[in-house]
Amino acid sequence: MGNVRIKLIISYTILVIGALSMILPFIWMLLTSFMSNSQIFSYPPEIVPEPFLWQNYPEIANKIPLFRYFLNSMIVSIATVIGQVATCSMAAYAFARLNFKHKNILFFVFLGTMMIPPQVNIVPLFFLMRELHWIDTYWALIVPGIFGGFGIFLLRQWFLSFPKELEDAARIDGCNPFMTFWHIALPLAMPAIVTLGIFSFITSWNSFMWPLIVTNSDVMKTLPVGLAAFKGSFRETTEWAQLMAASVISVIPVIIVFILGQKYFIKGIMLGALKE
Amino acid sequence: MIMPALLGTAIFILIPVAGSFFISLTRWNLISPPDFVGFENYSKLLSDPLFYHVLITTIIYALAVVIFSITIPLILAVALNQKIKGIVLFRTAYFLPVITPMIVAAIVWSWIFDPNNGILNFMLIKTGISTPPLWLFDKFWAIIAIIIVSVWKNIGYNMIIFLAGLQGIPDSLYEAADIDGATSINKLFHVTIPMLTPTIFFVCIMSTISSFQVFDLIYLMTDGGPENATMVIVYWLFKNAFEFFKLGYASSIAYVLFIIILVLTLVQWKLRKKWVMYE
Repeated sequence: MGNVRIKLIISYTILVIGALSMILPFIWMLLTSFMSNSQIFSYPPEIVPEPFLWQNYPEIANKIPLFRYFLNSMIVSIATVIGQVATCSMAAYAFARLNFKHKNILFFVFLGTMMIPPQVNIVPLFFLMRELHWIDTYWALIVPGIFGGFGIFLLRQWFLSFPKELEDAARIDGCNPFMTFWHIALPLAMPAIVTLGIFSFITSWNSFMWPLIVTNSDVMKTLPVGLAAFKGSFRETTEWAQLMAASVISVIPVIIVFILGQKYFIKGIMLGALKE
Repeated sequence: MIMPALLGTAIFILIPVAGSFFISLTRWNLISPPDFVGFENYSKLLSDPLFYHVLITTIIYALAVVIFSITIPLILAVALNQKIKGIVLFRTAYFLPVITPMIVAAIVWSWIFDPNNGILNFMLIKTGISTPPLWLFDKFWAIIAIIIVSVWKNIGYNMIIFLAGLQGIPDSLYEAADIDGATSINKLFHVTIPMLTPTIFFVCIMSTISSFQVFDLIYLMTDGGPENATMVIVYWLFKNAFEFFKLGYASSIAYVLFIIILVLTLVQWKLRKKWVMYE
């Protein structure tokens, strides 16, 4: 029994040290966001904000269009989720249940797209956006992010996993494939759809390179790109407290989404999602 | 019903992949029409000393990230895979960095790594290191700082995968080992790790591929510097395309990246047959 106990003690020690190194940067960020600039540069570094200041939050919101960035990120992330769920669920259902020409080859093509690093495509995609006059619009931020093989793969597995009889019954009652999909299959697939939705929300919210390339004006920037511009212009200097305040604001939505959908999120990881 | 997905995938993924190859055969600055130059960009690339520097930097980065984002999460998952109290709490803590936007990680860590005011160097001085590294401002330490942040961000994700793998190992194997009088260490090396090789293999592929695509952290923390010390392949591609407007050259870099990732995936698939154990 002593052996087991030692093992547990070692395990707890490892886990606690690990967890602290995960969380401390966030605590450090939160505390710094309430400090005055003079306190930030005091030596030795201080941990507790003294005086405790709220004003970094309104100040950063005045200095850069933080609310607009936030709104843009929301619009882009939500639209991407809707677009991805809509296109992927229809295609996945077709691959799982319907018969059509070249079905296997087409499915293989979709799977193959998962192996293409997105960076390979940025130059032609940028050119395409320019030709479509989509640069600096929501279209460029949203539409290319919708497509990819992962969602189809995930939902197809799910559709395959439940019995066909229910849908057969609907068909006998005179439903066409789309009605069967809409009224029977889609509601049954809700857990998988939520998983896909959470993943695509977080991926889209955190996405950086593409929004950086296709936005120019301040009013179209997403939160990460807007913050990066602010950080860049202060690379050498001092506005750390305000940067931390803005960081706190940008991390809150993903934390909320994660806490609400933790169990779906973990399920999604098992299926090999979230490529960064 | 597959039409919307098919059309979108064709327009935004498949045609661009082909387009990228075509652009790599041209000289093009976005303003004047592209000039067809054949494989000139590729031969230029192969004789560009910077290309080899970028490639080596990327490989060093990827190797380090893969090694640490397998070993550390593996240890944590083994520790977590017992009757541990607060498992949800631990899982949430380890997951926080995973879901955090890269920009936030970059801001916080740039501040932690700040040579003069950062908490890290303050602690290093406290522990008796009189001249701690300049981190992001030092040619040697910058890439190490980036590796630390990447590993920090990956740990939770890989830990969850390993945990699932561990939970899939049947208890009967451990019971059999107990009967044979195996110690905990014996069990770790002769039951747990062999049974986990498919999972380790999977994590290895995913981490290698994503490491070759690192961009955000470099852009946000070092700008590829100091003196190109952190110039990795995707960042170099980005610079060529959107700062120097050498779109043909950038596309040839993109294709080299594509081939590297393809080869890596295939090689690892081959290896898998050799050293992965199945039940």
